[in-house]
Amino acid sequence: MQIFDLSFFKALSWIAAGCLLFLNACENKTIETETAYQKEKLQTVPEKVDFNFHVRPILSDRCFKCHGPDKNKIEAGLAFHTKEAAFTPLGKEKNRFAIIAGDPENSGLVQRIFDTDPNEIMPPPESNLTLSDYEKKILKKWVEQGAEWKEHWAFIPPVKPKIPSPSNSAKAQNEIDYFILQKLEAQNQPFSAKATKEKLIRRVSFDLTGLPPTLDEIHDFLNDNSADALEKIIDRKLASDAYAERMTADWLDLARYADTHGYQNDFARVMWPWRDWVIHAFAKNMPYDEFVKYQLAGDLMPNSNLEKIIATGFNRNHKITFEGGVIDEEYRVDYVSDRAQTFGMAFLALTMECAKCHDHKYDPISQKDYFSLFSYFNNVKEKGFPGDQEGMTPEPYVTLSQKEIESMATFVKNLDTLPKIELMVMKEMPQPRKSFILNRGLYDQHGEEVFPQTPEAIQVSKKYEPNRLGLTNWLFDKENPLTARVAVNRLWQQMFGVGLVATSDDFGNQGSLPTHPELLDFLALKFQNEGWDIKAMLKYIASSATYQQSAKASKELLRKDPENQLYARAPRLRLKAEMLRDQALAISGLLNRQVGGPSVKPYQPPGIWAETTGGGGGSTAKYIPSKGKDLYRRSLYTFWKRTVPPPSMMTLDAASRDFCTIKRQETNTPLQALVLLNDPQIIEASRAIAANAMAAVDTPEKRIKYIFQLVTSRLPNEEEVVSLIEYLAEEKNNFRKEPERVKDYLSIGEFMPAQSDEATQNRTELAAYALMANAILNLDESLNR
Amino acid sequence: MFMKKIFTDRALHLNRRAFLSKSATGIGTAALASLFGMSFFSKNEHGVVVENGGGTKGILDALHHPAKIKRVIYLFQSGGPSQLELFDYKPLLNKMRGEDLPESIRQGQRLTGMTSGQKSFPLVGSMSEFRQHGQHGAWVSDLLPYTAKIADEICIIKSMYTEAINHDPAITFFQTGSQQPGRPSIGSWLSYGLGSENENLPSFSVLLSRGTGRPNGQPLYSRLWGNGFLHSLHQGVQFRAAKDPVLYLNDPAGISRKSRRKMLDKLSELNSMQFEEFGDPEIQSRIAQYEMAYRMQTSVPEVMNIENEPDHIYRMYGPDSKTPGTFAANCLLARRLAEQGVRFIQLYHMGWDQHDNLPTAIVKQAKDVDQPSAALVMDLKQRGLLEDTLVIWGGEFGRTNYSQGILTPKNYGRDHHPRCFTIWVAGGGVKPGLVYGETDDFGYNITDKPVHVHDFQATLLHLLGIDHEKLTYKYQGRRFRLTDVHGHVVKDILT
Repeated sequence: MQIFDLSFFKALSWIAAGCLLFLNACENKTIETETAYQKEKLQTVPEKVDFNFHVRPILSDRCFKCHGPDKNKIEAGLAFHTKEAAFTPLGKEKNRFAIIAGDPENSGLVQRIFDTDPNEIMPPPESNLTLSDYEKKILKKWVEQGAEWKEHWAFIPPVKPKIPSPSNSAKAQNEIDYFILQKLEAQNQPFSAKATKEKLIRRVSFDLTGLPPTLDEIHDFLNDNSADALEKIIDRKLASDAYAERMTADWLDLARYADTHGYQNDFARVMWPWRDWVIHAFAKNMPYDEFVKYQLAGDLMPNSNLEKIIATGFNRNHKITFEGGVIDEEYRVDYVSDRAQTFGMAFLALTMECAKCHDHKYDPISQKDYFSLFSYFNNVKEKGFPGDQEGMTPEPYVTLSQKEIESMATFVKNLDTLPKIELMVMKEMPQPRKSFILNRGLYDQHGEEVFPQTPEAIQVSKKYEPNRLGLTNWLFDKENPLTARVAVNRLWQQMFGVGLVATSDDFGNQGSLPTHPELLDFLALKFQNEGWDIKAMLKYIASSATYQQSAKASKELLRKDPENQLYARAPRLRLKAEMLRDQALAISGLLNRQVGGPSVKPYQPPGIWAETTGGGGGSTAKYIPSKGKDLYRRSLYTFWKRTVPPPSMMTLDAASRDFCTIKRQETNTPLQALVLLNDPQIIEASRAIAANAMAAVDTPEKRIKYIFQLVTSRLPNEEEVVSLIEYLAEEKNNFRKEPERVKDYLSIGEFMPAQSDEATQNRTELAAYALMANAILNLDESLNR
Repeated sequence: MFMKKIFTDRALHLNRRAFLSKSATGIGTAALASLFGMSFFSKNEHGVVVENGGGTKGILDALHHPAKIKRVIYLFQSGGPSQLELFDYKPLLNKMRGEDLPESIRQGQRLTGMTSGQKSFPLVGSMSEFRQHGQHGAWVSDLLPYTAKIADEICIIKSMYTEAINHDPAITFFQTGSQQPGRPSIGSWLSYGLGSENENLPSFSVLLSRGTGRPNGQPLYSRLWGNGFLHSLHQGVQFRAAKDPVLYLNDPAGISRKSRRKMLDKLSELNSMQFEEFGDPEIQSRIAQYEMAYRMQTSVPEVMNIENEPDHIYRMYGPDSKTPGTFAANCLLARRLAEQGVRFIQLYHMGWDQHDNLPTAIVKQAKDVDQPSAALVMDLKQRGLLEDTLVIWGGEFGRTNYSQGILTPKNYGRDHHPRCFTIWVAGGGVKPGLVYGETDDFGYNITDKPVHVHDFQATLLHLLGIDHEKLTYKYQGRRFRLTDVHGHVVKDILT
């Protein structure tokens, strides 16, 4: 196998690379409407065309459908997914070639893409695919320049890169910066200034804990002039329960966690003890390999114990139908498929699903590979249709008594002290179930028998046991080219909003290429060689100068690098759905810091469950909100009904939890404005913030500053203060004229300020401050970190 | 000096118009455009803010061919209405009542777990009478007297078939083209492809009602109007007979419109300062979204307020039409939304799942929908809207020709049946008065002109000027479309 060609990446001009990354991103409108500047770049064919950066993305996206890995769909015996296939002699006489290195005129590929005859042109009109002039020129030039072939980068194991030594390295704080600066140097672009301390603490706080910093923390940090002031903050954040909760929130998307079974009447299920284990594992910084091993194969590990078995609940988070009358095997096959697909996407960033019905169209994953992977997860004694009654736990499950929890699983926060908890887990059948290729993916169309085997395209030297434990050991074999890259890329995404590979769920041929391939490999190997230490990796990223830059973007920089692929500034990121609600709860002092336990039901507009229920559904037929302190738990504890998920969360781009999600959408819509302006949870929090401000300081100016800093982590400037003083005075005046409004506005939600407070004495004042707090909570700055 | 600047700025910020004029010079014409038109932004996979499909314009720069219709009203009959009691007249079943379904007809059709254990499959004919109506003599049951009267306006498709035999996968299949949840709904695809005709209302609106035929039947799922992997802007927005007609629409108690306006002006002012400092175009987009939300707060209640509808309209839609949340009231609202240019109006009426007690239940259920459905078609027609609107009436599958459970002289039930069922469509581009497709005398198999769910979806898109193979969205490396890799336009029913 060819060694990853690093010299190329170093030499590559960034104009060219950026240009192709952009091309590779996707063909949606998003691309077409990007700046004119980008369009200009598209017109320039690079000096030296590179196969991985420029050519393969085109071949994959426009040609593989009929000339790619799906061996049953290969037209005219020609395919472009391997070198051998691409250069194979064609035609009866075996005297024609799609590609003749250096000879575009006689290369069928070039002839056909420039052909104007609709019967000859490639791609053919009926494919609804076309090539732009630029793309045609790229392909032609590549052939002209010798048609050099390279393997897909992601399937070649990372090799330790040399640390670059750019000349502009004065600001570098660790190795990350050398890689980033090297690219910047080529562009004659410096780092942005360091972010203000207020921004830094807010950024670190949200990225590592999903919560804003407290006022005390901000003040201490601002007054701490020691060299390691930020490091102390990072360490403290990483040591907090809030860190484990924030990491878990992302993991719940990946693991498609929910509190209901997901179909039809959508009965409740109890999987939160598994979620509590995830929190526990993150809190104690379990190494990533161990963390994943427990979840995939804890039941098969040597010295398996209750904790490891609970962790395997990961594989049972998929939807399960309770709809009367379904065909058992059809759904059982779906569950097994879901496990295999989740495995592929979560740990290998491969879209396995495509290979269920036929060989993958773009990646070297055959249908046989799919069902071989499927067979690892097929040996569970489970039913597709466990029954149609609420309350039964689909087999296999473990029963946790309070005694067992107290002795062996203290991380399960059985707050309701249920006498026993039945938790779905993995359990291997003594005699493995036979697995077959399912023709067209249909549950009853058995083809060839298959056996547990890892995908052929991802080779490691060692052989492993043909079971889930073996699969997991293969996953963490040092030669596995994907596991570490995929994992560190997700951590990078957590800190920068976007991974070094933007398509963090697809490292295949249709995915994006890494913006900084050497950095990705450097981080992957560091992660792998230094004990898969998640906290250490996050700290390392947070300690880089790259991460600590200001997010300010000059017009010129925006024009030059709208996607921030150069990292000449820090990204400005909108807070995730959970963070937006948690921020309001945290700064209002309402947040209940209980960790773990059964999911809770905060405020939700009345009737949403009731109006869709069929009368079945039992406890999920009607939403009965929690009371008291359960209204104020962090959002990861919000009860997740899959068929009718919490509407405010969904509007703010939460994942549906129907299947594994690695990257959420990030949108900006009017319905989001309505949630943030009108959700009782926000109104109530605004009132609590106002009451706290009134208790803490006395003058309007001081109170405004207090609230502003609480919400945005910084003090307002003079202009903002003047503006808000004016706003406050006007609204106070309006409230005074309409006392009814004061009463109404102050009656939303359960929270009431203490009787002794000024807030209860001067209710008009309270209403005006509450309204102002609500406004400040809606500033774009407050919605970002 | 500093204070002076503030006061100058404040003078400029006196009202929104002034703010906009400042924007025009201060933050560029793009922002101005997005404030006036409804432009939408999201981050692409590299995290950069881009304008994308939606707003007044969708992803399609031009239609693939001239459109026959501009909008769709889909009266989804959830639960699986029995075609045998409503449209598909099979006197043979009455003659053979109680006899077993011949295996030669069943041909190995898989059965749901609800009847697969039955020892016999006693055939049962319709309890309701059928008559021929309209110029072409379409057979329509006496359960649907109003629908019968519009037989010349509608195209009845008797040869629909699907692949799923259970509710959840079958409804999901109809609405998203896939039995497994997670794909965008039809309305989301249209919002993505075509955008919106009314910048102050969501282009995909959803209304729910509960039938009287089986009030505690089977549920719905809000994910049915979900955007799947498309931008969340394209998600269906539920219009409800509740205090908040759209979730979170109302200002909180105690907040006046004036106060809300003032708050938005304040937000614009402070956000603009941030924009000047950080240069992030997302900030401009945020300002635009808040303004759009403000406009929705007016336009939604306006369209929902049916108080000024004249009496003859209420009479047309029937007595239920004055009761918010009923199917009849929703039909009336559907017309009002159509008038406002809403692209896709999806009604769901629950309660068609008559596994048992069918003879009594279906009478009530049919009565819920018969008059309002017909009224909607005629009301659209009298307003000249029917010519560019498509109305669809139908459920997720049909029902068996044999009784589920014990057949008694007065009672029977029917299980789910995927192999044939009936829907009707009416409006622009569709042949009125046509009865399309045929089933065998047992009402079990299609004998002529089968229409698959994907064919139905392809035809719907075709009427809107969209080639179903060309409206795609690339997600996780693959180009997805509503019709997956299938679907043929049913040209025979087109004008």
